[in-house]
Amino acid sequence: MKKRTVSVLLAAAMAAGSLAGCGGSDSANDGKNAEEGSVINIYSWNNEFRERVEAVYPEVAETSKDGTVTTLKDGTEIHWIINPNQDGVYQQKLDEALLRQADAAADDKVDIFLSETDYVNKYTDAEADVAMPLTDLGIDPDTDLADQYAFTKVTASDENGVQRGSTWQCCPGLLVYRRDIAKDVFGTDDPQAVGEKVKDWDTIKNTAEELSAKGYFTFASYADTFRLYGNSIAQPWVKPGETVINVDPKIMAWVNDSKEWLDAGYLDKTVKGQWNADWNQAMGSASNVFAFLFPAWGIDFTLKPNWDGDDGMWAVTNPPQEYNWGGSYIHACTGTDNPQHVKEIILAVTADKDNLLTISKDFSDFTNTQSSMRAAAADDANFSSDFLGGQNAFKYFAPVAENIVIAPLSSYDQGCVELIQNSFSDYLQGQVDYDKAKANFETAILERYPEITQVNWPE
Amino acid sequence: MKTKRKKIDYSKWGYIFILPFFLCFFIFSFVPLIDTIRYSFFEYYRSGIKEIGPNFIGMANYGSLLKSDMIKYASNTLILWIIGFIPQIVIALMLAEWFVDARLKIHGTQFFKVVIYLPNLIMASAFAMLFFTMFSTNGPINSILLAMGLTQQPIDFLGSVVGTRSLVGLMNFLMWFGNTTIMLMAAIMGISPDIFEASELDGCNSMQRFFSITLPLIRPILAYTLITSIIGGLQMFDVPQILTNGQGTPDRTSMTLIMFLNSHLKSKNYGMAGALSVYLFIVSGILCFFVYRMTNNEDSDGSKAAAKKARKGKRG
Repeated sequence: MKKRTVSVLLAAAMAAGSLAGCGGSDSANDGKNAEEGSVINIYSWNNEFRERVEAVYPEVAETSKDGTVTTLKDGTEIHWIINPNQDGVYQQKLDEALLRQADAAADDKVDIFLSETDYVNKYTDAEADVAMPLTDLGIDPDTDLADQYAFTKVTASDENGVQRGSTWQCCPGLLVYRRDIAKDVFGTDDPQAVGEKVKDWDTIKNTAEELSAKGYFTFASYADTFRLYGNSIAQPWVKPGETVINVDPKIMAWVNDSKEWLDAGYLDKTVKGQWNADWNQAMGSASNVFAFLFPAWGIDFTLKPNWDGDDGMWAVTNPPQEYNWGGSYIHACTGTDNPQHVKEIILAVTADKDNLLTISKDFSDFTNTQSSMRAAAADDANFSSDFLGGQNAFKYFAPVAENIVIAPLSSYDQGCVELIQNSFSDYLQGQVDYDKAKANFETAILERYPEITQVNWPE
Repeated sequence: MKTKRKKIDYSKWGYIFILPFFLCFFIFSFVPLIDTIRYSFFEYYRSGIKEIGPNFIGMANYGSLLKSDMIKYASNTLILWIIGFIPQIVIALMLAEWFVDARLKIHGTQFFKVVIYLPNLIMASAFAMLFFTMFSTNGPINSILLAMGLTQQPIDFLGSVVGTRSLVGLMNFLMWFGNTTIMLMAAIMGISPDIFEASELDGCNSMQRFFSITLPLIRPILAYTLITSIIGGLQMFDVPQILTNGQGTPDRTSMTLIMFLNSHLKSKNYGMAGALSVYLFIVSGILCFFVYRMTNNEDSDGSKAAAKKARKGKRG
């Protein structure tokens, strides 16, 4: 009996081992040019980037049916290596490839990889030097990327201010609200009038009182407002070269304000955090939640699928504070054997005004050129949304994008942001007291990052 | 001549046939195992994409684990396991007894056996996902309770320690009681029917029969079930991981040892994770030793000896 169990286990282990061996094997291609390699390897977590390259990069000839290989007109092949973002799988696979980069054969080298705002800093780190400075590629950020929103350039730069990535997308967030609730409480659903009621934290608190009197919640969950606070921290979570976590007073302000709002009944107590069933339900027609804080992708990919009523019931207006949520950065990988192609792709997808306007039209991204977004804001005919009752959301996105000041980043952001919300969720739900929540954060962060030596709390 | 003939030996074929197994075992199990133990003495992790170490630091990992919350997570694991195991063994014993009892004449036992085993076939993570949705604050269970008037406010199952732990226990119970039932049925069927018949002739009621005959005679299998279940419980991970989003909420009370191990692997902390694995290895090793003793010794728990003694005592 026992022997059989052991042998079954071993067989399973064997099968797992041989399966694991299958991933990531890239067939090397022959017939390469003298200078440029014949294969461009691009690491990403979904097809978003491929679709945009196909849409705007003029050299693209065709893509294979399964979407793994795109052939360019000069015969160069782009190999798309896609790993899901969930549970850190993408970063894990990418990290392994980057550690192998120096020894890899020319056609197996990573040429381009993508990163998200949450962990972009891990890859733009100057010491790690895995993302090439754009100047080394022959791109001058000051002239070639002059039309980009400033904060996206800051985000993609290392601690010395050298830009090591570029993005086509920019994710200014807005306040999306239910028109019927606005009419019921304020007597109007006009975005300008509602915008006046939510223009800053003090005003929106009074508005929340009004909403609560009629039985409505202002936001669904305390996690909804986190990004607004978290994006405005004055100092990075961890300063370059240090191993001490500094919790910014803004973060503690989020904790205290959230507690106050929860106790006052401005937030729905039953919705705990985001991305769960309760949160999704709060976007349905049966819910009493007045508003959500979303960037362009959030309206299209999160709010729209969860809304079960008619189109035109939602509208956007200015948020109480400018913020950015998300964004995918494109990096040229150090050691690439296709620098010329990489440069062309980056410029085509992130710097060309017409290309970016095409992306905005085709994929409803808020794209990263100031002039084209201003044009979109004025162009109601092409950019109005049926879901928002004919409103042109770009009119509101553009000014937010221009006013975003990005918080100083560190490579620990992802863990810090995730763990501090989790630890203080228990406090906000009344499970633990304030000091216990602090202690739990310290425990959790030390488990995640062994090199961290200390956590400093604001006075 | 005779001695020479005796040397004709086919055992080498036996070795050749089992060679693939040992090769696979060596490459895929033994080498990683030794590596895990080796790395547990090193400081070896990744900070961002920079690799730190490996630097030899002796027993430091073991020491800092003892100072961390490991003991707390071990007790969490134990509590979660007990909550699932007690109903599991009680229900399994009852069902096994009923299914085997010829006098009850339960129809369709085969059907029920399949049905109670089914939850075991569902992936634990899918099962946990289902429970997460059903028991969420605005989920179907709360809607039913509210509609029936059993509660005025939706119950926050996953926000309370008792709720979360009970749900994990309930899930483990549902997933494993079928398996245990089938094992115990086999054990009960192994008891000679003569004994049951004799007891009936002596006027034994069903309670007496269960507690005085069935239970003592299946003790070795019961002990086996217990220990394999503890080892399974030590590795408990998927259910609480999915149910609490990997956080062991609330207040880290449903964080199990393997979830703790996983949070070290997020930073590729092979040193610390290795040390934790070695601790787990030692504990499971001790438990395995007991199982081995029991399954290889006919009368490991002394039940037969005790029965003999009792019989002798009665006669004498």
